[in-house]
Amino acid sequence: MLAADYRGPRRVRADHKPMPTIQHPRDAIVRVTRSCICGSDLHLYNGLVPDTRVGMTFGHEFTGIVEEVGAEVGNLNPGDHVIVPFNIACGQCHFCKQGLYGNCHESNAQATAVGGIFGYSHTAGGYDGGQAQYVRVPYADFGPTLIPDGMDIEDAVLLTDVVPTGYQAAEMAGIQRGDTVVVFGAGPVGIMAARCAWLFGAGRVIVIDYLHYRLEFARAYAPAEVYDFREIDDMAVFIKKQTDSLGADVCIDAVGADASGNILHTLFGKKIPIEAGSALPLHWAINSVKKGGIVSVVGVYGPTGNMIPIGNVVNKGITIRANQASVKRLLPRLIEHVQAGRINPKALITHRVPLEDVSDAYHMFSSKLDGCIKPVLLPNGV
Amino acid sequence: MTSTYLTRPQAIDPATVTGWGVDADPRNDPTYPIRERSGDPGPGKVWDRPTQQHPQVEVLRSIEHNRLPAVVGTSTPPSGLSGMMRRAAFHYSESDWTHWLMLLGADRVNMVEGIVTDLARGKVPNIPAEMGVRAAWKHDRTALVTKAAVTVAVSALAIALLRQRQHRQRPHDVRPVHGRAGGGRERRALAGSTT
Ligand SMILES: NC(=O)c1ccc[n+]([C@@H]2O[C@H](COP(=O)([O-])OP(=O)(O)OC[C@H]3O[C@@H](n4cnc5c(N)ncnc54)[C@H](O)[C@@H]3O)[C@@H](O)[C@H]2O)c1
Ligand SMILES: [Zn+2]
Ligand SMILES: [Zn+2]
Repeated sequence: MLAADYRGPRRVRADHKPMPTIQHPRDAIVRVTRSCICGSDLHLYNGLVPDTRVGMTFGHEFTGIVEEVGAEVGNLNPGDHVIVPFNIACGQCHFCKQGLYGNCHESNAQATAVGGIFGYSHTAGGYDGGQAQYVRVPYADFGPTLIPDGMDIEDAVLLTDVVPTGYQAAEMAGIQRGDTVVVFGAGPVGIMAARCAWLFGAGRVIVIDYLHYRLEFARAYAPAEVYDFREIDDMAVFIKKQTDSLGADVCIDAVGADASGNILHTLFGKKIPIEAGSALPLHWAINSVKKGGIVSVVGVYGPTGNMIPIGNVVNKGITIRANQASVKRLLPRLIEHVQAGRINPKALITHRVPLEDVSDAYHMFSSKLDGCIKPVLLPNGV
Repeated sequence: MTSTYLTRPQAIDPATVTGWGVDADPRNDPTYPIRERSGDPGPGKVWDRPTQQHPQVEVLRSIEHNRLPAVVGTSTPPSGLSGMMRRAAFHYSESDWTHWLMLLGADRVNMVEGIVTDLARGKVPNIPAEMGVRAAWKHDRTALVTKAAVTVAVSALAIALLRQRQHRQRPHDVRPVHGRAGGGRERRALAGSTT
């Protein structure tokens, strides 16, 4: 079968690889119908995530048709078309029982700090992902959800990660009616977080990035007030000015390790990895939020450490909430939102690319070329 | 780029926004009050474990786990020099920088191994294509051309300088004492810079 094949930093190609096989009675083999490239994949692509092995297939956002199921999978049949959450979760451990499906204890041998994630290095379990024609789906009796009748497949594929992550970013922010919410990052996740902030009753939504085409999109789609951080001298002062000197009620980091905009963070976070990625937006969030405010982090960082003003977190009494999105927990509500027209996921998709052209798709998305917001791969044609 | 956003008024009336407040929940305020404990024991710390997978390939395990999780990934098992480095890294916990730095080091070694494997299979990797040069050429030509030009210029300069140096150094080759002293100074300077 054809699959994306990681060869080293900034090098991915489509290669022929052996078909995946059932390795556990709760496995399924799924034929991939749509598979996105995510901002999270860029951290792998840029070589920032430790234990990213050459030969691995990335891809954690995919829908597909069930081909084969293991002996313990009673609820799926070959031919079912499913949404596969990006988390690999058993559904019965201490963490899954609390709905923390991104933190399952029975799916990642290499690390305890995060549950298994499809195609996300060995630090997230060492599973080949869905940027391939076929993929092994563990705990298939628990994770996958049937695509509801009448739902567009492009809406469905964004329910595997982008929509739940944006929604959870807003949910974790504990937004109260009338709150001012600042979202750092106008990628798919930031745009979705801004859209969902309104659902929780935000009074103002401000989005910060520097890519004007993305800011323009966020302005109309969320909708949101949008600003280019390169036109702002000092982020904390700017947000204070916007909020009568109090600071925002809530700040959301939807950028993560690949943030740009500060020489020191770029040097120490990305060039010589002393920091676990550039933590500039997190720094801004802590210093721009009000006292007693909430910083919600969905931007992904590496496992070591980052330079952030933790002293201000203490002095300001800030609550930081963060996690990998718990996709399965949120899906029922999000399906309702999509069906009711409150969220229109597929509008984010700008590029549809055959799997053969995966190298170009990565370069385009990574370098933010051709107005790219969300690229989706078509491993088995349209 | 011309300034745009800072000047335009942008206020949005929430009442006009689709779905405004449908999921608002005054109880979802993590800052107040500090959560009250109900005395409910919550989810148990022991659970019925899923069937254990017995992987056919080597799977490294974090020393923070007391057992192998029921299900594991079997992509790209450790091999070669990078594999040895990864095995060594797994003697340290996730809390230890050594663990992660050794893994990052292994990743870089693995990249070279990948090229060697390609060549051994009679495949010369088309690195520019793998890096998406086609997309760069189509959508970002100036950057691509500039980068290529800079690379060529820098390499040409380096080669020229190297040639010049070789030319100048030739007479010293017969005086090894000098060479050793120079080397010592260099080592001292390096050691100084890392402390
Ligand atoms: N927690 C989760 O479950 C989860 C799930 C999916 C994605 N993520 C993470 O969310 C982040 C965003 O994902 P995405 O797909 O939208 O990625 P993306 O790369 O498309 O978007 C990131 C955006 O941030 C902007 N940016 C860079 N530096 C910035 C700065 N200093 N301030 C403000 N904006 C800045 C970039 O221009 C870009 O538009 C990534 O870190 C990704 O790993 C987390
Ligand atoms: Zn993702
Ligand atoms: Zn679990």
